[in-house]
Amino acid sequence: MKTSKILAWASLAVGLIYFFVPLIGTLEFSLRMRRGAYSLDAYSTVFSDIQFRSTFGFSMLMALFTIIFGMLLVVPTAYWVRLRLPQMRPVVEFITLLPLVIPAIVIVFGYLRLYNSSSFIPFTGSTQGTNVLLVLSYMTLSLPYMYRSVDTAMRAIDVRTLTEAAEILGAKWPTILFRCIFPNVMSGVLSGAFITFAIVMGEFTMAALLNRPAFGPYLQLIGANRAYEPAALAVIAFAITWLSMGLLQLVSRFSKTAPLRP
Amino acid sequence: MSTAFPSFIDRRTVVDWLGIAPFMIFALMFLIVPTLYLVMGAFFTPDGDLTFNNIADLFTPSILSAYWISIRVSIASALGGAVIGFFLAWAIVLGGLPGWIRSSLLTFSGVASNFAGVPLAFSFLATLGRTGLVTVLLRDWLGFNLYGTGFNILSFFGLTITYMFFQIPLMVLILTPALDGMKKEWREASEILGASTWQYWRMVALPILWPSLMGTTLLLFANAFGAIATAYALTGSSLNIVPILLYAQIRGDVLHNANLGYALALGMIVITGISNVLYILLRMRAERWQK
Repeated sequence: MKTSKILAWASLAVGLIYFFVPLIGTLEFSLRMRRGAYSLDAYSTVFSDIQFRSTFGFSMLMALFTIIFGMLLVVPTAYWVRLRLPQMRPVVEFITLLPLVIPAIVIVFGYLRLYNSSSFIPFTGSTQGTNVLLVLSYMTLSLPYMYRSVDTAMRAIDVRTLTEAAEILGAKWPTILFRCIFPNVMSGVLSGAFITFAIVMGEFTMAALLNRPAFGPYLQLIGANRAYEPAALAVIAFAITWLSMGLLQLVSRFSKTAPLRP
Repeated sequence: MSTAFPSFIDRRTVVDWLGIAPFMIFALMFLIVPTLYLVMGAFFTPDGDLTFNNIADLFTPSILSAYWISIRVSIASALGGAVIGFFLAWAIVLGGLPGWIRSSLLTFSGVASNFAGVPLAFSFLATLGRTGLVTVLLRDWLGFNLYGTGFNILSFFGLTITYMFFQIPLMVLILTPALDGMKKEWREASEILGASTWQYWRMVALPILWPSLMGTTLLLFANAFGAIATAYALTGSSLNIVPILLYAQIRGDVLHNANLGYALALGMIVITGISNVLYILLRMRAERWQK
């Protein structure tokens, strides 16, 4: 019993060293810009950079569109599969897991060959079209997470009874979907939204290969040309990830207590 | 339509299938067809003739070495992540640590497994780079010159330990439920029968856990194999791994053969595909004990 406890603490120590040393190292490095003293110079340089603001804003906007359109696609599909096409569930679930199997770089390579300016659907022929394709590519990347979180939330509610009750009260399909189903799976929608946000904000491959001025390619550019700013940006990126995941935990904890209420 | 063929397609069936049509169209257009396009392209010449030369050309030394480095980095980071992750998961589930450690470690793992890409590369550069914190502290406090030992963060070893930062928490997240499923009675039964701790692990626990362990390790392998952003930000194009080679090929046709690029992509899909299929099979095996 004694040895196992020592081993447990030792494993924890190794894990903590592995997790925290890089984070402390990054934080320390980001404060080192002024010679001889710790300062926030690297952060003020980053925040005053116009490119930082524009790329950050661009990625935020892309994340927002990804979440909205992703959910408009995923929630009705998950609902419909549960209600009417349970025999299609394995197929749909398999498709939603494919983005974890096919590397992102392969997917975007396919887009570039299939939707270039000389093809039938020339997404990449214009800036707006490329932005649309970028959002669609992010929807693909976040599909596994969005679908799983929505489907988990949907398991907790009785879709069939809710639908029948709404139908008896005379509700039409849009009313059922947006005023009945969406609010009931809100915890799943929010969890999916936060993880999507975290993914999109740091995503590099899609944006770089589609040549869009997103936050990921900006990070890479700064990393190749500056010394201290990258560390500051890494701290900022880590804070964004923490924020999204923290909110996700909060939402899932909230949803766990929700069904207990009468 | 429903009045024209009442017996073949009734209206309800049509509506049922129309309900998932948007999803299916999306999946076809942005997931399946783009992938199939590359897979098909790997078997054709630029003029449209069927050929296996692209596949054969994958076995030239430069491309083969890229695959080999990728596979080695992925195996090393998957094994490293699996071992440390296993001990961590074991410590929080069965090690008798206080409960708050378990929940905070799981929360942290959720964050850390998503902290990948370019910022992760920055973190490790700031820690183990030539002027990074650990490098400097080792030099100033212990007089130990890390870079004098031939260590370099921009190398195979450096990439491996960087990848392990997201591999370890992923292992913890997937393995914790499996360890939770280990029944107390199994341990008690083996103790009553006189088994030592070592015998319990060797003859009871590990035989039950190995599909989970193997499966998760394979998942970590696939996870590392497809990753590009961290490697690209860390090493630029100095380390010749497959995703970086493919990135360069997409950017500027460095292989001078577009269809060879498709074959390169096909190779990646085959490798990640096989490891994922094995993962699913092992997972199904593992679930037999978790009912």
